[in-house]
Amino acid sequence: MSAAAPLELTAEQRAVREGEAGAAAALAMRVVCRMAGVAGARRLRPIASAHIDGCIYFGVSMLDFAARLVELGARVTVPTTTNVGSIDLIHPELYRGPATTAAAARRLMDAYLAMGCEATWTCAPYQLRARPGLGEHVCWAESNAIVFANSVLGARTERYGDFMDICAAIVGLVPDAGLHRDENRRGEVVFDLSGLGEGLLRSDAFHPALGHLVGKEAEGEVPVIVGLPADCDEDQLKAIGASAASAGGVAMFHAVGLTPEAPTLAAALGGATERRRVEVSAAMVRGARDALGAMPPGTALDAVCVGTPHFSLTEFAKLDAALADVDPAELVAPLYVSTGRWVWEEARRRGHLERAERLGVTVVVDTCTYNTRILPEEARRAMTNSGKWAYYAPGNIGVDVAFGSLRECVLSAAAGAVVREEGAWT
Amino acid sequence: MRLPVRPLTPGTATGAPLRLRESLSFWGGFDAETGAIIDAHHPQRGEVLTGRVLLLPAGRGSSSGSALLAEALRLGTAPAAIVLGRVDEIIALGAVVGEELYGRLCPVVSAEGDLPELGASTIATVRSDPDAGRGELELG
Repeated sequence: MSAAAPLELTAEQRAVREGEAGAAAALAMRVVCRMAGVAGARRLRPIASAHIDGCIYFGVSMLDFAARLVELGARVTVPTTTNVGSIDLIHPELYRGPATTAAAARRLMDAYLAMGCEATWTCAPYQLRARPGLGEHVCWAESNAIVFANSVLGARTERYGDFMDICAAIVGLVPDAGLHRDENRRGEVVFDLSGLGEGLLRSDAFHPALGHLVGKEAEGEVPVIVGLPADCDEDQLKAIGASAASAGGVAMFHAVGLTPEAPTLAAALGGATERRRVEVSAAMVRGARDALGAMPPGTALDAVCVGTPHFSLTEFAKLDAALADVDPAELVAPLYVSTGRWVWEEARRRGHLERAERLGVTVVVDTCTYNTRILPEEARRAMTNSGKWAYYAPGNIGVDVAFGSLRECVLSAAAGAVVREEGAWT
Repeated sequence: MRLPVRPLTPGTATGAPLRLRESLSFWGGFDAETGAIIDAHHPQRGEVLTGRVLLLPAGRGSSSGSALLAEALRLGTAPAAIVLGRVDEIIALGAVVGEELYGRLCPVVSAEGDLPELGASTIATVRSDPDAGRGELELG
């Protein structure tokens, strides 16, 4: 099997690779060019911004790479935001792991700031004030941010991994391949929701479950979802994308009538005919929900975790409303909310946190409860409203998961055990 | 049996083949300390990938998969080679960075379609040279 046509660099790009812009830029350009080869790209293209996933500590190699770049004098050349780290820098006492790991995690976060990244520390950079626009090319890492950028914002990013994110930010270039190109953004497999009842479509736990189903069924094709209600909001689209990325590597989906490249089914398909159609049934969605965590009602819980991806301002408002129903009872199971520091400050300013703080809710910023050691060591059973948290927490932090709606999560935290409100699901 | 494959990262490696029935995210799905699959949803949870020629239908999920593979190369727990059903840039990137940082190779290739059945094969060799555009999977 032969290689694709070779990558053509401009004279300026060749000079960077040969070290004329410094050793750090040369290393970054070498990685970008090798990845262009993997992607079969013919050329590199400029990006407007980058989002770094490589700042969360999963081992010495991550620190080795960042430290080498810093040592070589690396600086980002485009505006660059940071994903979650392993430590809540504002509440570092929440971290329960070894002090040596905490120190390494902090060094890694510092290394990215030293290269000129902005200290946003959120997996939901699309909740920040400046976000990329339709058709803008960016290099975003973090699977849920990638799928949101492509699908909901109509910005263009490939599924970039840790290390590539910072290399692209340093040289301001990515391979012209994958989802940067029109032909790869066309919808291929249609998920038809017309067989589902209105109650289910509007149920809060529906979106992560649908995302899980879409991820499992998409098999590398770009999904097109037909039949979501017209008022489906960004939090719900976030939940669909995050689940679909976890369960199936989905980097882009279309939702007809909702996402910017899908005003119609024909537009979402880009003029081609659909390759496959999945008629989504209520039983399939229930199956996906159960796969995420079908713990029976009454099961004792050690923790409840929401905010994966990071909680938005509107989700804080919904949490406050749900907490109002259990107020003033104390929460029996600790309730954790993960969010970005900007959203946290803004939620406080808007008065969404007063009740939560009074009831003992723990707000975690800069990091997330499913990928670092924040839950009590002895926690074995946890509930979440997040498809992504439900997917990864068993492997990452060794808990069994109950999956349910935000309201079920709050009621369960108050009861200290799983509470279900079946409603539209029965 | 020899199959042409698309070379993504360089190297030649031999090991016992292991064919995964489902896609895998190295991050959240693989423990770099032990080399084992830890994805609770994966049918082959518990299988150890260290030193194996891994046949993997696809990558999936997290952007941190590249970090986990680079970390496994550092620790010596990585697969000997990875044969993908379709190109996965996050996995290839892990091999590229493992090579840049530690000089350790994990050839990654793509079969560009269905992965071969292993049948009675007990040993597999991957030869991958992206610069020359040559890649091969040999099952014996």
